[in-house]
Amino acid sequence: MKLHEYQAKEILGKFGIPVPKGQLITAPNQAEDATQAVHGPPWVVKAQVHAGGRGKAGGVKVIQTPQAVMTAAASLLGNPLKTKQAGPEGVIVRKLLIEEGIDIEHEFYLSMVVDRSTAGPTMIFSPAGGMEIEEVAARSPELIRKQHVNSGAGWMPYQARNLIYDLDPPFRPETANALVAVMGALYKVFLTHDCSLVEINPLVTTTEGKVVALDAKMSIDDNALYRQKQLLELDDPLEKDPLERMAEAYNLNYIRLDGNIGAMVNGAGLAMATMDVIKLAGAEPANFLDVGGGASEEMITRGFEIILKDTRVKAILINIFGGILRCDVLARGVLAAANKIRIQVPLIVRLEGTNVEEGRAILKNSDLKFLVAKDLAEAAELVAKQVS
Amino acid sequence: MSILVDENTRVVVQGITGREGTFHTVQMRGYGTAVAAGVTPGKGGRNVEGVPVFNTVREAVEKEGVNASCIFVPPPFAADAVMEAAAAGVAVIVCITEGIPVLDMVKVADFLKDRKSVLVGPNCPGIISPGKTKVGIMPGPIHRPGDMAVISRSGTLTYEVVDQLTRAGLGQSTCIGIGGDPIIGTDFIDHLKRFKTDPETKGVVLIGEIGGTAEEEAAAYVREAFDKPVVAFIAGQTAPPGRRMGHAGAIISGGQGKAKDKIAALEAAGITVAVNLATLGQTVLEAVGKR
Repeated sequence: MKLHEYQAKEILGKFGIPVPKGQLITAPNQAEDATQAVHGPPWVVKAQVHAGGRGKAGGVKVIQTPQAVMTAAASLLGNPLKTKQAGPEGVIVRKLLIEEGIDIEHEFYLSMVVDRSTAGPTMIFSPAGGMEIEEVAARSPELIRKQHVNSGAGWMPYQARNLIYDLDPPFRPETANALVAVMGALYKVFLTHDCSLVEINPLVTTTEGKVVALDAKMSIDDNALYRQKQLLELDDPLEKDPLERMAEAYNLNYIRLDGNIGAMVNGAGLAMATMDVIKLAGAEPANFLDVGGGASEEMITRGFEIILKDTRVKAILINIFGGILRCDVLARGVLAAANKIRIQVPLIVRLEGTNVEEGRAILKNSDLKFLVAKDLAEAAELVAKQVS
Repeated sequence: MSILVDENTRVVVQGITGREGTFHTVQMRGYGTAVAAGVTPGKGGRNVEGVPVFNTVREAVEKEGVNASCIFVPPPFAADAVMEAAAAGVAVIVCITEGIPVLDMVKVADFLKDRKSVLVGPNCPGIISPGKTKVGIMPGPIHRPGDMAVISRSGTLTYEVVDQLTRAGLGQSTCIGIGGDPIIGTDFIDHLKRFKTDPETKGVVLIGEIGGTAEEEAAAYVREAFDKPVVAFIAGQTAPPGRRMGHAGAIISGGQGKAKDKIAALEAAGITVAVNLATLGQTVLEAVGKR
């Protein structure tokens, strides 16, 4: 689960990490109040959307007059922001964070993630702040510094000192102390909230020697949400695609993509591989849909309904390798959905595994029109025919 | 031969009284697995389908001599269950549970560091040595005894691959699902090392997916130290970055975990990479030669 910048900053602030003073607005007529409540000029107007690449898309503006803040708020709120990550339709801006401007001396990068290879949390610090860390990693990997958290002791201050004390130019002592404190606090934020990522980019030093988190990204481990219930109210469903939201409510793994071949598959790996098969056949997948290893008839019905609701879908491929999920359950679930929503596009069904004969018989003896693929290769051929 | 589990394996099912635990206990026994005990705290003294239930894994080890565990415990309690099995000295621990918090797995990984137990999973289908035993949830009938090993991060995708191998006349020595989570007990390399010294295994199929760098690391190991033929498949060539594709670990993030980088690393190590899943069985057959 992703948090908005303003939500993440509120948490960072509570844990003692300095953040700029700011106010959240949801309507242009709140902009003037915000400029009075927040010290300026300049003011920084920041679109609160989950999609990355927001700065380049014009979602962050530094503004000198209250009038211009109001104009910017009016032009951003309610309109799509076309970020690289959000796709061609963009994402509608519903909230703006109006912040005080900060006199930046230097920009740094700071984050904590779970490192897969060491199986533990890792602090990442870089003097190359303010740009995408992927770019820094590709161009100048020597600028990325890491410290792995010791599992027994936890994060220790010496690790922070090791990250910062040999940098050139050296920090003033009070700045160095502030950085050590920020890193300690970041570790606490990470552990307390079951984060999968906390990122401050940039973390800046000011001309007065202070350290401030100018931006903040925070993601929570979905698997830990059962014990982070207080964070659930920070979820913003409007940031998600409507079909993805529907799938989430049914506990289905669904991700909307740009193509026009709908796919329903059991198991994440097989679902990804089926997308790849569709692409190799010369078509583009409209979605990733994993109904799970042990889906119920109801889940199959819901999943199939979601695909049928996607108006871009020109053909559907069902690829099921029955294990725990039996093919007869799948067949009944598909029929239940087909009874509710008329299927107007070609349907290709490939069934294999547990109770495959029963599943095939149920489909065959119904009114459902569909094409049978005996294996994945044939399914791919049939998909290719639909798009040619 | 086979690795990790065989006809001498005696299994304890942790979470045996739950729906999945009971269902798969029956399935495993149907395949011929010696399910010797079950554990559900507070339900000791009962039996499930004739299998005695104990309160602790330690008791199951003492009374029934179990040497492998198959865990179906719900996510909030699964990390504890893995550590309990390891503390009781169970040699092979298979954790089927999906949805364990990453920070719980950080603790598990640390706990297992100085212990002999081998953890497979979590979020995996388990291990099968066809014709001998299965400790997991995979459909038994698609497997055939033989000399191909399979190591995979996936579940149903592994069934698809195994089915194609069997149809191509390629039986399997042992198939292992290592799991789809970011932190797992054992990775490709851990098992490649075992297959290297298993005389019955003549070749290996690696099934990877986007996310992390386990495939790149496996490629480096194969290039250095593994001389049996290896065929790999990577799922998620069309997956968009920044999205978690069903598995908690299947995500391209921070510029890492792309399918094309993995494929390039595997090919550079001399590994045959099957591009198309639909024809994977054939690709493996060509790579290992018809025998």
